[in-house]
Amino acid sequence: MEKSVLIAGFGGQGVMSIGKMLGYAASDAGKYASFYPSYGAEQRGGTANCTVIISDEEIGSPAVSKLDMLIAMNQPSFDKFAKKVKKGGSIIVNSSLVTSKVEDSDIAAFYVPANDIANDLGSPKVANIVILGAYIGLSGALSEEDGKAIIKKMLGSKADLLDMNYQAFDKGLQAVK
Amino acid sequence: MEKIYERVSFTSKTSPTGYCPGCGHGTAHKLFARALEHFNLRDKTVLVYPVGCGGLAMPWINVNVIGAAHGRAGAIATAIKRANPENFVISYQGDGDLAAIGTAETIHAANRGESITVIFINNANFGMTGGQMAPTTMLGQTATTAQSGRSLEEHGAPLRMAEMIATLDAPKYVARFALHDAKNILKAQQGIMKAVELQVKGEGYSFVELISMCPTNWKKSPAECANYIDETVLKAFPLGVFKDVK
Amino acid sequence: MSKEFIKGNEAIAEAAVRAGCRFFAGYPITPQNEVPEYLSARLPEVGGHFIQGESEIASVFMVFGVAATGIRSMTSSSGPGFALKSEGISFLAGGQIPAVLVNVSRGGPAIGTIEPAQQDYFSAVHAPAPGGFRCFVIAPQNVQEAADFVYEAFDIADKYRTPVYVLADGMIGNMMEVVELPKMRDLAELPSNDSWRFNKYNDDGSARILSTYMPMGELMQKKNKEMAAMYEAWEKNEQRWEEYMVDDAEYIVTAYGSSARIAKSAVKELRAEGVKVGLIRAITLFPFPKDAFAKLDYAKVKKMFCAEMSIPGQYIYDVQNAVLGQSQIIPIQTSGGVILETDMVVAAVKENL
Repeated sequence: MEKSVLIAGFGGQGVMSIGKMLGYAASDAGKYASFYPSYGAEQRGGTANCTVIISDEEIGSPAVSKLDMLIAMNQPSFDKFAKKVKKGGSIIVNSSLVTSKVEDSDIAAFYVPANDIANDLGSPKVANIVILGAYIGLSGALSEEDGKAIIKKMLGSKADLLDMNYQAFDKGLQAVK
Repeated sequence: MEKIYERVSFTSKTSPTGYCPGCGHGTAHKLFARALEHFNLRDKTVLVYPVGCGGLAMPWINVNVIGAAHGRAGAIATAIKRANPENFVISYQGDGDLAAIGTAETIHAANRGESITVIFINNANFGMTGGQMAPTTMLGQTATTAQSGRSLEEHGAPLRMAEMIATLDAPKYVARFALHDAKNILKAQQGIMKAVELQVKGEGYSFVELISMCPTNWKKSPAECANYIDETVLKAFPLGVFKDVK
Repeated sequence: MSKEFIKGNEAIAEAAVRAGCRFFAGYPITPQNEVPEYLSARLPEVGGHFIQGESEIASVFMVFGVAATGIRSMTSSSGPGFALKSEGISFLAGGQIPAVLVNVSRGGPAIGTIEPAQQDYFSAVHAPAPGGFRCFVIAPQNVQEAADFVYEAFDIADKYRTPVYVLADGMIGNMMEVVELPKMRDLAELPSNDSWRFNKYNDDGSARILSTYMPMGELMQKKNKEMAAMYEAWEKNEQRWEEYMVDDAEYIVTAYGSSARIAKSAVKELRAEGVKVGLIRAITLFPFPKDAFAKLDYAKVKKMFCAEMSIPGQYIYDVQNAVLGQSQIIPIQTSGGVILETDMVVAAVKENL
């Protein structure tokens, strides 16, 4: 089983950190994983994106042309990448910032107001953790335990933030159920 | 009888330096070889040689040599010394090498204050390739690539490397001497001793420029060359110590 | 051994340290910047030295100088930087100085694009600089191999006293993958360079001279012949390639580096549909794995496909030279930072069944 996801948004939305967390989690779970970022000039202006592939076997291209899943953190990302999702694939839409709807009936859409959820929890910074929860809830590539373990690992010494991050993760999971 | 002069112990008794009669390179070699002998450095020495006439004394000098590409000696010497601080590293370069194609390597090694000793032979032309114009060629002096003489408008003025390097913060000793008569050669010997000692003590970067003669390409006898240095070259390149940080 | 999820450029850098590399000089250029960044912090931890050179040229000559003192040394860059480094690469080859060069290549010519491409093949394999010499060239297809090949490159460099060129690309340099890094080498166990390093005197006290200047034609020719003999020895002993489902294949796809892993996905997809297709992946690019192509049964092979991220094609010339007209070879090419897609390879094969 090989699952690809492209995560895209503004610089500063934590797009790259979600991607890396997925990769670290997959690596810890003993799977093959690749993380391929857009690099160079792009990282300093506006949009950022990365492709993550998690697989049970050797990975071919780390930059696939047809995606199993898109996570669109902002409107320009939705506009640019929605058409790259396969028939039967899915899109997680950050509906706090994206107003468009998925029009292709062969693609499953999940609207997650990640920024609103994060603000309600008291920290705008955890919007990407909400999205991490949503991804794990949907993709089947990683378990809930894998997700929580990587959150704990990434927070490291900032254990006081763990509860809020777990809550954000759970909200994300629930949002796609 | 008391012996008052002898050849530097480690230099070859059989191989010639390979320089033209009247050339300053042989004198410059003798001076820095003398300094190596004085401080007992021969077995620690790595001599970074340039492309140009500078390298012709390879068989004579009989110290370990790493031959650089044209202009790159500053970078090579930098790295050898960094990775092998126990070695004594000299970069010996001519004016085409140090002041034209290797300007960047020269300035940056100086600016980093590498613990190396740079000996710069300024003979106002590209010698080995046959007398083309160098950044150090005199205004009005003819060269095979400036056959009517160097012009300020077309070529700019002679480039004063010692003065430029003395403006940098890091270098510890920057000086210019001449090799056209005995009095100046003795002063040059003292300057080279000082530059070598600086590296021995681990105190940093030193740069010694030596105004030298090139009878073959200047198309002058050695005596005429010495006069030309006095009357013309030293006006563009005044002698002196430009930096001496205690 | 534990596995790590690590970026290609960092894996390259760490593998070099573990191989015993104690000197690196380089100059910033995308997409390889994490190599010098990582080593600037890492080398001092192990008693090594890092210098950010004032230019690509200065950097490669810093490596030349230190490698000439017998210390394992490396530089890295990307296409435009290698154009500048070519002078120093020639000196490494001419001076028989072992060193490792890593090209995390991008699209060109000129500034081109920072996106990944395979447009430096000729430059790496056939003409790293004027003067008619070769580098040993090896091409990883993923982050694991990038680490493994850089690690091994130092041994190959020492064995033959040659520059070894690791030809990666921006995809391998910038992606993260799960990697098992090689073990830390004990410097005391590395082969001694005392017999030749140029900051040591000979036992009889005479000096060692590293000079690439050969004024007598006969001497230069002798050296050229010795180098040619070494290249022949590489061709005989060091060719390396991977075969995947080649035994019963009627169609052969060939590629190297990043293109090969993409081509392999296409072969799997086509096999699942019953197409008898296989992959030959060149691992060493010089010596080129001619034997992989020489031993094919051309009575059975209907068509061949050559995939690479370079337009015009470059790798295809060496493939043609190895196939010697015994099969049609159909190019599948992208360029300038456009990444080869599995579907392109699948479609090209299907159109030609």
